[in-house]
Amino acid sequence: MTETAPGPSTGSDDPNLTMGIDPYERNWMRLSIALLVAFAATITVAGFSMGFAVPGADGEVDPRTVLETEPWSSPGLREISPGVYEAYVVAQTWSFNPRELEVPVGSELTIYVTSPDVQHGFSVRDTNVNMQVVPGQVSKLSYTFDEVGEFPYICNEYCGQGHAAMYGVVNVVPASAVSAGNDNDNASDSAEAQGDADGQVD
Amino acid sequence: MTVVDRSQSRPRNWDNDYELTDSEKRFVAQHIYVAIAALFVGSLFGPLQAFEFSGVDFYQYIEPVIKSYYQGLTLHGVLNALVWTTFFIVGFTNLTTMKGLGRPLSHPHINRIGFWVMVVGLLTTAFPILANSATVLYTFYPPLQASWAFYLGLTLVVVGSWIEGLGFYLTLHAWRKENRGTRSPFIALGGIINAAMWQIATLGIAVEVLTMLLPWSLGITDATDPELARTYFWFTGHPLVYFWLLPAYVSWYGMLPKQVGGKLFSDSLARLAFWMFLIVSVPVGFHHQFTDPGVPQTWKFIHALLTYAVFFPSMITAFTVIASLEYAGRKRGGTGLVGWIRTLPWDDPSVTAQLLGAILFMFGGIGGLTNASYNLNLVIHNTAWVPGHFHLTVATAVTLTFMGVTYWMIPHLTGKALWGRRVALFQTWTWFVGMIIFSNAMHMLGLLGAPRRTPLGKALYVPESWDGHLMRVSIGGAILLVSVLTYVYIMVRTIAGPKVEKALVPAVPVAQPLRPSQQTPLWLDRFKPWLIGAGVLLVIAYGPQLVDQIFNMNLNAPGSDIDLW
Repeated sequence: MTETAPGPSTGSDDPNLTMGIDPYERNWMRLSIALLVAFAATITVAGFSMGFAVPGADGEVDPRTVLETEPWSSPGLREISPGVYEAYVVAQTWSFNPRELEVPVGSELTIYVTSPDVQHGFSVRDTNVNMQVVPGQVSKLSYTFDEVGEFPYICNEYCGQGHAAMYGVVNVVPASAVSAGNDNDNASDSAEAQGDADGQVD
Repeated sequence: MTVVDRSQSRPRNWDNDYELTDSEKRFVAQHIYVAIAALFVGSLFGPLQAFEFSGVDFYQYIEPVIKSYYQGLTLHGVLNALVWTTFFIVGFTNLTTMKGLGRPLSHPHINRIGFWVMVVGLLTTAFPILANSATVLYTFYPPLQASWAFYLGLTLVVVGSWIEGLGFYLTLHAWRKENRGTRSPFIALGGIINAAMWQIATLGIAVEVLTMLLPWSLGITDATDPELARTYFWFTGHPLVYFWLLPAYVSWYGMLPKQVGGKLFSDSLARLAFWMFLIVSVPVGFHHQFTDPGVPQTWKFIHALLTYAVFFPSMITAFTVIASLEYAGRKRGGTGLVGWIRTLPWDDPSVTAQLLGAILFMFGGIGGLTNASYNLNLVIHNTAWVPGHFHLTVATAVTLTFMGVTYWMIPHLTGKALWGRRVALFQTWTWFVGMIIFSNAMHMLGLLGAPRRTPLGKALYVPESWDGHLMRVSIGGAILLVSVLTYVYIMVRTIAGPKVEKALVPAVPVAQPLRPSQQTPLWLDRFKPWLIGAGVLLVIAYGPQLVDQIFNMNLNAPGSDIDLW
């Protein structure tokens, strides 16, 4: 703060007017900018080359007729190739349909959610799956479940009196214990089960 | 650091001796009384939610009046986050405009009309909320449908604040005609920049209500487009937090230094920070919609970067405000790297409230940066982390600062002495401690996946391992309830107290800059370049996506046909 002499100020547009920034503060501002650039670089790399994606524009539906329209008229889990699943989940006051999704450990699950009534939320605990569910829109995120266990999915947007009761669960089971819940007769051996499921896409 | 005080060379326009007339003081005070009443009623419900978390449900006992947790939550959000803040801010800006410029309002009747429009709006909103026909929380996301009176009332509150804003511009314009070539005094300019930012920002919510929610709630249209409504809402929703914050910054930059016996460290950077907020506060709304369907990732990412830009003026603020405090602390005899902090007047509740608010704001800022960080948002979106975060920002940095301001402002406006200085110190420290306990527990619950806006005491998916955090939320809430009741009691006792002689009434603290503001470059004192910049950035950052959503608008979401609450 020593670079500007007070001088005879005229109160008019003196071209010698400066901001008079203290050198310490100048360095602080440089540091702040460097910090923010570093943060921006980090989220860019994580978001676009490491696959930590947020939902995007993944299709629209008509909330008035969506429950009569495929695939939303028969929500549930489908195996589209070995270890790759997709689930259509309807969020409505005040429950998810279906309430349970069972996949073998190591599966990549892509979840599509929509709502015929009001807004809801869909977050799977202990994962990066967290979506706003908006009538008229389809929310979509994928996640690979690498650990056996129960992962509750919770409505995290206020949707009325029964909001706190609205949840379901992703059951991630050992590869050898896939149940018949996946439209699949042959449940004893997961490799076979996944092989059989191949033809069931759509 | 070496600091040379040159302000003696040109004392000008800063600490002028303008004293508000009795009627001007009454007008400002009316705003503040409504604000405090709203804070009082709204804050009764916050702790009820906090107690519910550990299974103590008081809502069952008040059911004849308040039907549910969610009705209480709506009252808490609307009264505390919208009414307390807006009425305080508009009242405070009346004061900083008049005192800062050293002149009365140029068109006082405009501001009076604005105030009464806000009051009518508040009452119009209050009826449906109390009648349980607007239990939609303060974000009122459609297709949750409230009574039309709820939307109309909120609109009137905003329109009233616009009218008062017009009164501020006209007053600044009149002052500039009388004081050509003089830099606008900071406390006036800061408040008026905030009013301008607010008018740009609230265009989103105005369009949402007038084109979608009002016609729909009146039955003129039978459905709505919830995703477009969200985009409109967050156009306003994020700058709203800067609308709350900037008056606190006016106090931290332009008043607090005087209260601690120092000066504003940098007039030009204080102004730069405010102008940056005018430009970058608004085009950041998609960072509230990172997890939304219907908005492409590209726009979300652009808004993530712009949100980092809006963090920069807060970093400037951190340095300038702390440097101003350090200057004062050293003048008071403080030494050492942090020793100067102890010499600040911690026995003044107004100062202590603002310092404690600023300390917690640092943590709020760090959490805010996390929220804004694109994919990191997936971890915390709509979890208890979010209310944990904004109870550090709006409910502490802003609210505790406003409380601190009222500790000199209510005595100043009423000609009374502050009742119970030591009680007021107790109040500020209990708010600080209560909020640390509450907010830390909420952040932890959020990281564990607990949803926000949910009576977790009832929810079926809550594991036992959360119990400790849920209990701490309740304990924090209890301490905060004690603190807010103490605050209201102090205010009532002060207002009801006897008038004291003039020498004992606190004056408006106006800090001098270390370096005369007349040396600040002219471009830091002109609206035009910054307004143009704000408009251009808005068109670039919002234009394409907003136009796309408007042209593809689908009014096809009718909502629910069952009784939702």
